[in-house]
Amino acid sequence: MSIFLDRDTKVIVQGITGKMARFHTKDMIEYGTNVVGGVVPGKGGEIVEGVPVFNTVKEAVAETGAEATLVFVPPPSAADSIMEAADAGIRYCVCITDGIPAQDMIRVKRYMYRYPKERRMVLTGPNCAGTISPGKALLGIMPGHIYLEGNVGIIGRSGTLGYEAAAQLKERGIGVSTSVGIGGDPINGSSFRDILEEFEKDPDTHVICMIGEIGGPQEAEAAEYIKQHISKPVVAYVAGLTAPKGRTMGHAGAIISAFGESASEKVEILSAAGVTVAENPAVIGETIASVMQ
Amino acid sequence: MDIHEYQAKEVLSKFGVLIPQGALAYSPEQAAYRAREMGGERWVVKAQIHAGGRGKAGGVKVCDSDVEIQEATEEMFGKKLVTHQTGPEGKGIYRVYVEAAVPIDREIYLGFVLDRTSQRVMIVASAEGGMEIEEISAERPDSIVRATVEPAVGLQEFQCREIAFKLGIEASMVQQMVRTLQACYRAFTELDATMVEINPLIVTGDNRIMALDAKMTFDDNALFRHPQISELRDKSQEDPRESRAADRGLSYVGLDGNIGCIVNGAGLAMATMDTIKLAGGEPANFLDIGGGATPERVAKAFRLVLSDSNVQAVLVNIFAGINRCDWVAEGVVQALREVEVDVPVIVRLAGTNVEEGQKILAESGLPLIRATTLMEAAERAVEAWQSDSKQRTDVRTV
Repeated sequence: MSIFLDRDTKVIVQGITGKMARFHTKDMIEYGTNVVGGVVPGKGGEIVEGVPVFNTVKEAVAETGAEATLVFVPPPSAADSIMEAADAGIRYCVCITDGIPAQDMIRVKRYMYRYPKERRMVLTGPNCAGTISPGKALLGIMPGHIYLEGNVGIIGRSGTLGYEAAAQLKERGIGVSTSVGIGGDPINGSSFRDILEEFEKDPDTHVICMIGEIGGPQEAEAAEYIKQHISKPVVAYVAGLTAPKGRTMGHAGAIISAFGESASEKVEILSAAGVTVAENPAVIGETIASVMQ
Repeated sequence: MDIHEYQAKEVLSKFGVLIPQGALAYSPEQAAYRAREMGGERWVVKAQIHAGGRGKAGGVKVCDSDVEIQEATEEMFGKKLVTHQTGPEGKGIYRVYVEAAVPIDREIYLGFVLDRTSQRVMIVASAEGGMEIEEISAERPDSIVRATVEPAVGLQEFQCREIAFKLGIEASMVQQMVRTLQACYRAFTELDATMVEINPLIVTGDNRIMALDAKMTFDDNALFRHPQISELRDKSQEDPRESRAADRGLSYVGLDGNIGCIVNGAGLAMATMDTIKLAGGEPANFLDIGGGATPERVAKAFRLVLSDSNVQAVLVNIFAGINRCDWVAEGVVQALREVEVDVPVIVRLAGTNVEEGQKILAESGLPLIRATTLMEAAERAVEAWQSDSKQRTDVRTV
């Protein structure tokens, strides 16, 4: 098993006719993802990378039975596309788009809560690399070949730093059950805590790896949750020890503004919750290997 | 994006927040003229910089005549004002705001922020105005009033009343406070602000509620739909390297060290800086060149990093996913042929097609130092910087 994605999960791509979206759709299909269609308003009836394009998500769901979507829509209309997916009954949405206004995301989150929990779409991202269940399916832009199939669940805010961790694991012959990017934005669809909950339930995930960074309350919130609810070993790395206070470090969400938001405070809080913290990014793989023994 | 106090006041007043009469000046003569034009007996001149803490640093002066205004502003114009928020280099004063002094009965702190825990807009207020919010929360945490806004329906009157009563506003003035809070909330949401701070919000001697200072920060991601706000950008208040980087689509933050960093991805860039520190060095910058590490972007990145004269070594760390290492390596080689680089360059490539990438670097004939792991790259960079700076010292001694 894995979380969110499996070999059979029917996937659509919103914004599929864009250059980058086409490229990654092809890549996902080659990886084995069950891509069944795409959505671009006004382009219904076209065929892209061998799959049909629909005008609306509802139509795509009705015709293909799509359950998951990858949002590849430019920032001004990305929030609208996410809400369209939530309304059409999509179960899982990954949003890659970088640069969505924060207040649009506030609206998206409020909108999603209109649906009862059992019908509520799960959103990861925006501004993330996506989700991969190695050997099964890829919903995102990450290079599939750096992940081995296995039992480590990865949750990360950063794309390339997540690749770094996966590559270090592969070097040691350690595989991944699912890797989920939660994105670098201040208002995101799912937090570390939300994904931890999923990994705790997944029998194929034996160890969980959290890759955090400066800014925001979600690492501290995760630490609290781990203490109470997570029985599996958790390894964490937090980037940004050298980052100055009050400056945004690339990700809109990577800015220290309150207590518990600097890297050293997060490390302290996570360690106190029983998490094994990798001291530096070069030893993430090594640290995971040590808790697996 | 930050804007000046006078701009924030103008924006807020359009939404209905009361502000004292004031005018902008670009020279001491103009400042004195503005005061005469405005009339009155007492004025406050305020240096317009993008940072707080101006009062303590000498950027705010109370004056009783136009001559005093001229003298006070002569001291300000062209100077760098150093406050606890500007960093040691300070921020240049090129604009001064002249404001009619108003009698103050009491001062209130009022802030609107994006709260990341509730993922909503939060109002933070305190009856202890005038102090910085950090000080208030450290010294008088009980005085802080908070309220979050349900985004579907917006800020409600009852919430505003609750805040007003908790702050001890007189019953006859509560409605005025409600209007002020709602005006700020409307400005915040309609213009995609990420922060509105009025410190202090004052109750005047004649029972008016007024913004005596104002700060606004806007969501860069939403500027595309607010051209009138984008126009308020003042590049003189930004680090020139950072604004040059932003204009070129790169994300750069200058730091104090001497090992320049060129990395793809914000998280990996921070991790690279941390590893340099761990290896005994100090990073000179944060730089995320984004997903597509094209030759043009790499060349731009080199020029940018080398424009910092403190840089004595450059560490390139690229984790190639969809863009393969061989392609990135060609970009690095091409960039190094285009840009004159007189400091050691350490390149670490990882990911797709790494062997081909390494081969291209090796065969380029360029004096590159190659590394395979992140730790090795950082160690090599620190070594190169140390031996390079030693050589330079040696040359000087000779």
